[in-house]
Amino acid sequence: MSIEPLFTFRNRWFTTSVAVTAGLFLVAALAGFLWLPSLQSNRGQAAEGAGGIWGEICSAAGVFRPGPAKSVTKPDFRGTQVALTPTLLKGADAASVGRGATLALQCSMCHGARGLSEADSPNLAGQHPLVIYKQLQDFKSGARSSAVMEPLVAKLTDQDMRDLAAFYAYLPRAPWNIPTDAPPPRIVISGAPVRGIAPCGACHGTLSMKPGAAWLDGQSPVYIRAQLVAFAAGTRHNDIGQQMRNIARVMTAAEIDEAARYYAGAQQ
Amino acid sequence: MLTSKRLILAHFWLAFAAFAGALLLGEWQMFIRSPLHAWISNPEWYYRSVTGHGTAMAYVLPTLVAMGFGYFITEAALKRPLIGRAWAWVGFGLAVVGTITAVIPVALGAASVLYTFYPPLVGNPFYYIGVVLVVVGSWIWVALMSVNLYRWKKDNPGAAVPLAMFANVAGSYLWAWTSVGAAIELLFQILPVALGLRTTIDAGLARVFFSWTLHAIVYFWLMPTYIAYYTIVPRAIGGRLYSDSMGRLSFILFLVVAMPIGVHHLFMDPQVGGGFKFLHSVFTALVALPTLLTVFTICASVEIAARLRGGRGALGWIRALPWRNPMMLAIAFSFVMLGFGGAGGLINMSYQLDAVIHNTQWITGHFHLIFGGAIVIMYFAIAYDVWPHLTGRALECHGLIRAQLWTWFIGMMVLTFPWHWVGILGMPRRMAYYDYTDPALAPQANWVIMSVIGGAILVLSGILFLAVLIRGHRAPQIDPGPYRFSVAVHQPRRVPVALNSYGLWLSLMVGLTLVNYGFPILHLLTTPGTDVPAITVGAQK
Repeated sequence: MSIEPLFTFRNRWFTTSVAVTAGLFLVAALAGFLWLPSLQSNRGQAAEGAGGIWGEICSAAGVFRPGPAKSVTKPDFRGTQVALTPTLLKGADAASVGRGATLALQCSMCHGARGLSEADSPNLAGQHPLVIYKQLQDFKSGARSSAVMEPLVAKLTDQDMRDLAAFYAYLPRAPWNIPTDAPPPRIVISGAPVRGIAPCGACHGTLSMKPGAAWLDGQSPVYIRAQLVAFAAGTRHNDIGQQMRNIARVMTAAEIDEAARYYAGAQQ
Repeated sequence: MLTSKRLILAHFWLAFAAFAGALLLGEWQMFIRSPLHAWISNPEWYYRSVTGHGTAMAYVLPTLVAMGFGYFITEAALKRPLIGRAWAWVGFGLAVVGTITAVIPVALGAASVLYTFYPPLVGNPFYYIGVVLVVVGSWIWVALMSVNLYRWKKDNPGAAVPLAMFANVAGSYLWAWTSVGAAIELLFQILPVALGLRTTIDAGLARVFFSWTLHAIVYFWLMPTYIAYYTIVPRAIGGRLYSDSMGRLSFILFLVVAMPIGVHHLFMDPQVGGGFKFLHSVFTALVALPTLLTVFTICASVEIAARLRGGRGALGWIRALPWRNPMMLAIAFSFVMLGFGGAGGLINMSYQLDAVIHNTQWITGHFHLIFGGAIVIMYFAIAYDVWPHLTGRALECHGLIRAQLWTWFIGMMVLTFPWHWVGILGMPRRMAYYDYTDPALAPQANWVIMSVIGGAILVLSGILFLAVLIRGHRAPQIDPGPYRFSVAVHQPRRVPVALNSYGLWLSLMVGLTLVNYGFPILHLLTTPGTDVPAITVGAQK
């Protein structure tokens, strides 16, 4: 073992390396937290939030300080209040399905007795429960508007909505007859990357599913088309991250038509 | 004095088997998203393949090479049998089990999250458990390196630790500390979600922890390559190492400044403040120091070899170098790729310039050039150099070896230069599909095809590499003699304690990590509302 002591100020390696490292750190920190922020044009704004130099240091350290309330632009409509998590609907049982079946009697006029519509309303049979639950919540909160749905959901409790979601998820899906000889349309399979459109199939079935995205196979083409147009116009705005509004806005009429026809399958 | 040949060979073969599989996946990815192939109509297959490719190339290959080479160095440099061989086999077993455990969910499409994990994406827990097992296996290696050096020092008080072992243990300590970041992310953030115990995850904090690992891991990958530069190349080309101390200094500097720099991967992330980004940028620039020291020292060592062979003149000595020697080719190719890759790296580490190429194919080109090029070509050279000592058989196919090194170099240049270029044109990375019929992308089509050709050359080179090694197992038996590392011009008998131990440098490494990472991590940990719902990959269909 070596006998020469290392961790002592008499060892030049120790003093030099510690001094150089500490010096470098200090110079870099002074530049990063004081000098560079002081050169920024938004200095006045930073100072307004938390006062002068300390405000700049906090800002450079990444401490989040909300700006003055007046600068916040609020939308003139209500967005969705639902946060989707994998455990949101945990605990649904057979009793829940039974209660949902009773409640669903008032839905059957439009959505069909077994969740299959003949009126261009959405088919709900086999739909993911998160989807049903979220849309019911959004109709009730006003995040999604519909002259028909709003009065119907007004009296539903949170548990009612969970029961309805469990019931419709329990029903068997409609057989979906797509022509197997032709490949799915490009918008469904590839999207349009240059315009920032993800493939429909990446969230809505065909390729993959994402939580909260509706299962579209066998839906009415009239309904799909109408929803895409509403998203594009901003009259429907209950998509959590604006993803559907952003996508629908840049879709062409032909692409909307292709997607609607593809998912409609045999119903087109 | 090699007594653990089977152990070392097992590590190298697991590394190269993973490499071979991942190489094919890589070229398949290049091909199917190029204009040469119609769109496969399912991005899931692409991301599944990228996850497999990245996991094998970034975790399995370099970790197993570093471990195998580390055991080799321990016996060859310290000239005594490895202490704790049974434990080394346990580490290897964990790496094997971990690799298999990770690969199965990836192959089933249950963990297409890419090797960098990307929370809030969360895949099958067995993928993460497999990665953790590989890392735990490598921690056993770290402990063994430390124990072996400690016992040698005890038996040789005051003696200079051989440079190869000094660097090898430095690399193992660097790995031990850098792997802590990803380990925390996996054990405390991702696995609880993957196992269903939690539903939300702080993705920003997870990215900070991963950046802790993500940049220094590159220097861990680099360690075997740099050890080869200093302790194999000069001897293999008939020269001497210009300076032993310079080598020690370089490895020490890597230990200190490789760690507190990872936030340069998060320049575009909002959760880290600009001051810390600048701080990490400064320390990233400092990593150029050990690299430039190394380039200088190795060029000087190579010049010594040339002048010993009768080279004359200011640059005329270059002609006198043994260009038909595979090690000479490897070091030359490695330096060229290191030069271009390093120059590109200067762009990545600059806050403003990075904005231009962030998340473009430039980045993919950059890390393939540095890792796949400069680093991995030296892994090949290391394997060629140690193989006769491990198998007791000669590697006589020098023509084949030269062809392999040439094709790897050419393939990597043809692969990565167009990649850099399309990145500047704005082509994003991590995309499964590009619409080359779009007028905005059409001009990139030919460059992408060129990259595919580069990839095909690399596949050819990979096959040649395996062929050379397999032929090596069947060649006539020889006595390769004792293994020799490079000798320095002034071989040290005693060195200052600072250049013979790690305490000071490890303290600086940990200290810098704490001041550069401590506040961002604490701040994110204590700020409410930073969690987001996790997105499960491959859950519902």
